[in-house]
Amino acid sequence: MVECRVVIVGAGPAGIRCAETLVAAGLRPTVIDEGRRDGGQIYRRQPENFTRSYDMLYGSEARRAEAIHGGFDALRGKIDYLPETLVWNIAERQLYAAAGTNQIMVPFDVLILCSGAVDRLMPVKGWNLAGTFSLGGAQIALKSQACAIGKQVVFMGTGALLYLVAAQYQKMGAHVAAVLDTSPWSLRLSALPKLLAQPSVLWSGVKLDLTLRLAGVPVYNGIDPLEIEGTADAGVQGVSFKDRNGEIRGVACDAVALGYHLRPETQLADLARCAFTFDPGTRQWLLQSDPDGRSSVAGVYLAGDGARIRGARAAEASGRLAAMAALHDLGHPQSAEIMAGLRRTLARWTRFAQGLAQAFPWPAQQAARLSDDTVVCRCEAVTAAELRRVVLETDAIEANRAKAFSRVGMGRCQGRYCGQAAAEVIAHAAHVPVEQVGRLRGQAPVKPLPVVIGEDAA
Amino acid sequence: MTTSAHETVSDVVIVGGGIMGSSAALFLTQRRRSVTLLESALIGQQASGTNFGNVRRQGRPIVQLPLANRASAVWRRSKELLGEDVEYLQSGHLRVCYRERPELVGNFEAYAEEARHVGLDLELFSGNTLRNRFPFLGPEVLAGSYSHLDGHANPRLAAPAFARAAKRAGANVYESTRIVIVEKAGDDFRVTSEDGRVFRAPVLLITAGAWAHFLTAQFGESAPLTCRGPTMSVTEPVPYSIRPAVGVATPIEEESVYFRQILRGNIIIGGSTRGPAYTDERRASVQPPNTLSQLKQIRRLAPALEQLRIIRVWSGVEGYLPDSLPVMGSSPRVSGLYYAFGFSGSGFQIGPGVGETMAELIDTGATPISLEPYRMNRFGGG
Repeated sequence: MVECRVVIVGAGPAGIRCAETLVAAGLRPTVIDEGRRDGGQIYRRQPENFTRSYDMLYGSEARRAEAIHGGFDALRGKIDYLPETLVWNIAERQLYAAAGTNQIMVPFDVLILCSGAVDRLMPVKGWNLAGTFSLGGAQIALKSQACAIGKQVVFMGTGALLYLVAAQYQKMGAHVAAVLDTSPWSLRLSALPKLLAQPSVLWSGVKLDLTLRLAGVPVYNGIDPLEIEGTADAGVQGVSFKDRNGEIRGVACDAVALGYHLRPETQLADLARCAFTFDPGTRQWLLQSDPDGRSSVAGVYLAGDGARIRGARAAEASGRLAAMAALHDLGHPQSAEIMAGLRRTLARWTRFAQGLAQAFPWPAQQAARLSDDTVVCRCEAVTAAELRRVVLETDAIEANRAKAFSRVGMGRCQGRYCGQAAAEVIAHAAHVPVEQVGRLRGQAPVKPLPVVIGEDAA
Repeated sequence: MTTSAHETVSDVVIVGGGIMGSSAALFLTQRRRSVTLLESALIGQQASGTNFGNVRRQGRPIVQLPLANRASAVWRRSKELLGEDVEYLQSGHLRVCYRERPELVGNFEAYAEEARHVGLDLELFSGNTLRNRFPFLGPEVLAGSYSHLDGHANPRLAAPAFARAAKRAGANVYESTRIVIVEKAGDDFRVTSEDGRVFRAPVLLITAGAWAHFLTAQFGESAPLTCRGPTMSVTEPVPYSIRPAVGVATPIEEESVYFRQILRGNIIIGGSTRGPAYTDERRASVQPPNTLSQLKQIRRLAPALEQLRIIRVWSGVEGYLPDSLPVMGSSPRVSGLYYAFGFSGSGFQIGPGVGETMAELIDTGATPISLEPYRMNRFGGG
């Protein structure tokens, strides 16, 4: 039998467990990862000369982080590992990757995409001021470099990460000026039955909230963001918002961490021509996948948050399961019992994730209320007014059409940060359901590609 | 226009909402003809919307320059004509050749001499004059031919702007209307969409680009149309400093790259090897090896671009004919039937000139523009 070329993209919890499963079956997969070190985002490893302990870095998740890193370290020599390597396009069962300016071609028979997630963002007036970070970005600064994004930080948005990162900042001694959550408390109660699918995780979340409140951090629920205030020169100076009683309040700060849960990174799967389905629960387009991670394209599998946002622990299970599905499809018999167990585990995480989406919903209604001068697309400085203009004057209701006419999502990030919010602005202006707006098609390169790519070393 | 229960009737039906069809619709409505413009998806979505955006006359066959001049005049008044800005910049066009092909300098000189008589003034540069004027060029560049009245525009905006102007002037514009049957019934053409709508007119203009032959075949006429997809890239924005669009004259497809900087600052790169395209998929993907060869060639043309990063690549479905010239004019067989398609990757600049010429031909039965090179039956057969 000719050696089957299995390539995993992403060395986070999904990619690592996936690689382990393949190695255990006697294969030698290639693992390609953008990061300098393995671990992905949630279990991001600090630079090699940093010496913080696991407990300090990962808190309640220290043992899991240690297990994941240990798992990956044990794979060295048994896999081909390409760190700091960006897969920028896919064609004809071949990955086109860039390691710095070196061009690398990686052919594959089986591709398992564990590409993770990034912050899901809703614009607010002033979010283009220096000092505004995503929640994930704020956490990376802390985890990787032991830096806070500011001296007085406001955490605004919703979701589990909002409380987690705020608590991590507070623990590290940063001044948390306020936690501003757009979701009202009542939603958590109604989501409780689903959240109880993972009681221990729920309890960790409750503890985070309590820790912040006990530390005297002002925590507001059910708020409506008004503006991140400041100037182009000074950057962020404060946040104004309406509290749940409709009263306008302000908090002084020099940095804001913003985020509304996560969105999957789907560009590679898109370039591999995998099909998408609209998920009404989270109001976003997700990759089509069977319960084991088979995408709509034969030989392409999906695992981790890149497939569906269910968190790091579910990512481990889905990485294992996708590897087993791939092995099964390659003719390696797999234990039906283990696979069924992993599916049950994932089903519980799916239910929990549905609970989180219900408790901390994506604030679609904010898009309707954005003032005309709010910048929606920061890369291309496209305002809500301009986006509404192309909808009303040029009938640009489809997302890619609106992009062609207004430049929304046309910049460096290719709509990864503004695309979903732009779709909501368009849907509201056009009076159509957001799924009718569609989604921005992924176009290569997945991230900016140097013009000097592939140039022979001088 | 009158509408019966099931049929839309007008003076002219145009099938294909690219820049040819959209501009023809505008100029026909200006000539007081009622027009129905039918587009299978969205206006200007394929070749017209995904091309490089060159508004370049130089380098075209001399015989095509009167048409190109006519188009240039439309581009110059596009803001007034369309009531919106399609980012037309008359910022010059530079065509260069490499040291390894010195014979092309003679071609530049001969072309400039001929072009001068047809209203296109070109200035030739070489040596220090070339480098002082265009400091971003690489050391391999030998000479350049510069047209100061050429430039570029935004393809994403142009065809839709023509269609909107046509609509304001009274044209019926139907998007998402895929035509499956075209036939002549008595004096009228009957055009039927996939979903059963019928459009009728005594004149039919087919401007359906790479899809045209599905329609012409129904009249027993064919042209050897093939599909390809351009290789396009755009960099992140940097301060605006390169005014002209710049392209390489070369017989080698891979070497033939070009670039332009837009006021926003991004540099758009096109050319080099084209990829496959499929009419049934309605999409053409950029082949990654073509991106790599394009970037290699662009480094040769303008090493200054090496500092930048590509943020997006794209392609589209273009219709090509074997001699790289379009089919344009009246059908040799069917009266009232007109064609303008197969612009072979170089239709954007002449687009509005094609629209104006087709409108004139349909309205008056004649045009001063020579359509002889673009005859449908020049390929034999059909």
